Amino acid sequence: MLEFAINFLAATIRTATPLLIASLGLVFSERAGIVNIGTEGIMLSGALLGCIGSLMFTSSLMGAIFAAAGGALLGLVFAFFTVTLRSSQVVVGFSMNIFAMGLTVTLNRLILNGVRVTAYPSFAIPGLSRIPLAGNALFNWPLLVYFALLMVPVSWFVLYRTNTGLKVRAVGDHPKACDTVGINVFKIRYGTIVFSGIMSGLAGSFISMGQLSLFVENMVAGGGFMALAVVVFGNYSPGSVLAASLLFGASDALKFRLLMTPAGIYYQFMNMLPYVITIMALCFFARKSNKPAFSAVPYRKD
Amino acid sequence: MSEYVLEMKKVTKTFGSVVANKDVDLSVKKGEIHALLGENGAGKSTLMNCLYGMFDSYEGEVYFDGQLVRIADSKHAIALGIGMVHQHFMLIPVLSVIENVVLGMKENKEVLDLKAAAREFTALGQKYNMEIDPWVKVEQLSVGQQQRLEILKALYRKAKLLILDEPTAVLTPGEIDSLFEMMHQLTDEGHTVIFISHKLGEIMKICDRCTVLRLGEVAACVKISDVKDHQQLASLMVGRDVALETTTKPVELRGKRLEVESLCVNNDRGIAAVKDMSFDVHGGEILGICGVDGNGQSELIGCITGLRQAASGKVVINGTDALGLNPGKILALGVSHIPEDRHKYGMIGPMTLDENLILVSYKQENYSSRGFLNWKWIAQHGKEIIKNFSVKTPGIKELAKNLSGGNQQKLVVGRELDRTPDLLIAVHPSRGLDIGATKYIQGQIVEQRDRGAAVLLVSTELDELIELSDRILVVFDGKIMGIVERASATREVLGPLMAGVHE
Repeated sequence: MLEFAINFLAATIRTATPLLIASLGLVFSERAGIVNIGTEGIMLSGALLGCIGSLMFTSSLMGAIFAAAGGALLGLVFAFFTVTLRSSQVVVGFSMNIFAMGLTVTLNRLILNGVRVTAYPSFAIPGLSRIPLAGNALFNWPLLVYFALLMVPVSWFVLYRTNTGLKVRAVGDHPKACDTVGINVFKIRYGTIVFSGIMSGLAGSFISMGQLSLFVENMVAGGGFMALAVVVFGNYSPGSVLAASLLFGASDALKFRLLMTPAGIYYQFMNMLPYVITIMALCFFARKSNKPAFSAVPYRKD
Repeated sequence: MSEYVLEMKKVTKTFGSVVANKDVDLSVKKGEIHALLGENGAGKSTLMNCLYGMFDSYEGEVYFDGQLVRIADSKHAIALGIGMVHQHFMLIPVLSVIENVVLGMKENKEVLDLKAAAREFTALGQKYNMEIDPWVKVEQLSVGQQQRLEILKALYRKAKLLILDEPTAVLTPGEIDSLFEMMHQLTDEGHTVIFISHKLGEIMKICDRCTVLRLGEVAACVKISDVKDHQQLASLMVGRDVALETTTKPVELRGKRLEVESLCVNNDRGIAAVKDMSFDVHGGEILGICGVDGNGQSELIGCITGLRQAASGKVVINGTDALGLNPGKILALGVSHIPEDRHKYGMIGPMTLDENLILVSYKQENYSSRGFLNWKWIAQHGKEIIKNFSVKTPGIKELAKNLSGGNQQKLVVGRELDRTPDLLIAVHPSRGLDIGATKYIQGQIVEQRDRGAAVLLVSTELDELIELSDRILVVFDGKIMGIVERASATREVLGPLMAGVHE
C-alpha cells in the first residue's frame, strides 16, 4: 500500500511537471490578454527540438536550449500575427498546432526516427533522497522539476509585487487605460507571449527527455490544451496553478495505475480520465475568476 | 517666459478622409480655467487626445511652457506635466486604488513599494480634501470617487495642466459643486485646467475663457466676462440661433398605460439593483426617471422591456401582465423602446436603413406575406419615415453605421414612433447628440405625449428632465427617493434626492 502511494505520488509529480511549467508561462500571457491555443504545438516542437539538440551535441543542456529557443521563436510568430496584425488568436493558435504536428513528424522521420538521446539527468537531494523506500522515488528528479517548483513563488512575486507584473495584470484588463499612462501594450504582450513560448518549449522537452529519452509523434497528446485548462482552473494565479497541475497530473497517474489493475474496464475509458476531469473542473470552476476583461481581444491604437 | 502654458497652432488631425480638427489654434494661460466648448463631434476630444499623445501623428505645432514639443505618446505628455481625465475613466477595475495610481510610472522601481506610494497618495488626497482608501479595488468605488481618483492620479504624476473631458456628465449636482471648488483650489496653486463641456451653464459659472469649436474648426475664443448670456454661447457653438426652451401644453391624462408594483430586479452579478419600486405612467404624461448612471435605471428598463428577468414584483402594460413575456410580445402590446445604447440594441450597423427600419415590424401585414418580405412597400414606407424624421442620408440603401450619431438616433426614433405607441420608453434619447438633433428628438417625444401616449423618459441630463417631464421620479441605489411634480422640479430639489438624501 505504501509502495503504491509512493509510486502514485512520484507519477503525479512526473506528469504534473510539464503541465506546471507550461501553465506558469501561460499565466503571464493570459493575464496580458492572450489565449494561446498554439501551446500544444509549441510543446510538441519543444519535445522534438529538445531531442534534436540533445542528439547533436550529446548534451541535455543543449536540448533544453534548443527547446527554449524554438518555443521563443514560435511565440514570436504567434505574437506577430495576433498582436501586430491583430489576427484571431484562435485561428492562429490552431494553425500553429497543425503546422507543428506536420513539422515534428517530418523532422522526426528525417533526423530522429526513434533514436535514443541523452535524457535530462537526475539530481538527488542530499539527505532526503536517502529516506528508505520513499527517498529515491520522491527526491531524485531532473533539474526541470525543481525549476518548476521554484518558479511557483517566483512567478507569484513577479506578478503581484513588481512593476512588470503590475503592467502585465493591467494590460489584459484595460489596454486602453494602460496606453494613457504610457505603457506600451504591444511590448508587454510580445514579452509575455515569448516568455510563455520558452516555458512551453521547456515543458515539451521534459515530456521527451525527462520521462523518456526519445521523441514519439504527437507525444504531447493534448498536454498543451490541458495546460490552458490548468490556468483557468487555477484562476490565473501561480499558487492555484500548482494545485491544479497536481490534480491533473494525479488523474493522469491514476489512469496508468487503473490500467494495470485487472478491473475489467475498457482501457479506452481509462484513457479518457484526465480529459473528463479537465472538462468537469472547467465546468464547475470557470465562473468566478481573475480572467482578464480583454482576453483574446487585439489592441488597436487609434 | 510667455503667459501661456500651452499654445497649439494650426493643429490638423484627419482620420482617413475625415477631418476631425482643421487648423485649430488654442492658447491657454497659466492658472486659468479654459473651457473647450463644442457640440458632440466638433472635435474637442480629438484635439485633447492629440495633445495627450493618443495618436501617432498630427499636423501643426504645439508649444508647452514656451517650448516647441512634438508629443508622440502619452508617456511624453505625462513627462511634460500634462494630465488628462478621460470621459470614460482609464482605471483598471480589478486593481487596487494604489496600483492604479502608480501603474506605468517611469519612477517605479522594479520591486514596488506600494506602502510608501500609499502614504504619499493619502497625503495628496488630504491636501485636496478627497481621501480615498488606497487599498480597495477600483470596482468598489462610486463613479464620483473614481473621478476624484483620476484627478489625484494625474496630480500624483505632477501634472501642471489638467484636462477634464466632460467631467460633470456622471456627477450629482452636489458632486459637481465640490469638483468646481477643487478646480479653483488647483488654479489658485498655479495649476491650469482645460474644461471640456457642452453644458453652457457650467462654463459660464467657472471658466475664465472659452474656445468654441464647430465642425473641427475654432469658431471663437471669448472671455467669459464678456459673454452676455447662454444664448450667445449657444449661437457660437451651433453657428445659428437656437431656441433653448420648449413650450409645453397642459397635461391631459388618459388612463394607466404602465403599472409597476413592488418590482425587484437583480443586476448581472446577481445583486439587487432595483429594490421594491412601484409607480404608474398614464397616457398623456411624461414621467422622467432621474438619477446618476448605475442606480438601477438600466435594470428597471431591461425588466419592463423583457430583456431582463425580475426577481419579484409586477409589471402591467396596457392592462396585460407583462412580466416574463419576451421582448417581441411586449413590443406588440403597443410599446416602443428607444434603447440606451443605439449601437448595441437600437440598430444593426452593417445593415441598410430599410432593413433596420423593419427590425420590429417585419412580420406584419404590408411588410411581408407568406414569409417573403415585400421590399417594394418597405422601401417606400422607409423613405417616408426618413423624410418625416429628417434623417440625413444619401439613400435608403445606405448602411446604418455610415450615418452620423444624430441621424442614427433619428432613424431609431423614427422606427419606434412610426408604430404610434401607447407607451414610449426613451432611454438617454439625446445622449451624444448635438443641440439641433437633441431639440428635434425632444420635440418628437413631447408630440407623442400630446398625442396621448405615456412616456417613460430615462436621462442623466437634469435640464432635459426638468424641461420635458410632467413628473420626475428620482432613483438612488435602486430605490425611489421621491416623485416630484413639474412645478417644483428644480436642481435644488432634485440634487439631494439624486445623492440619496431626504430632507
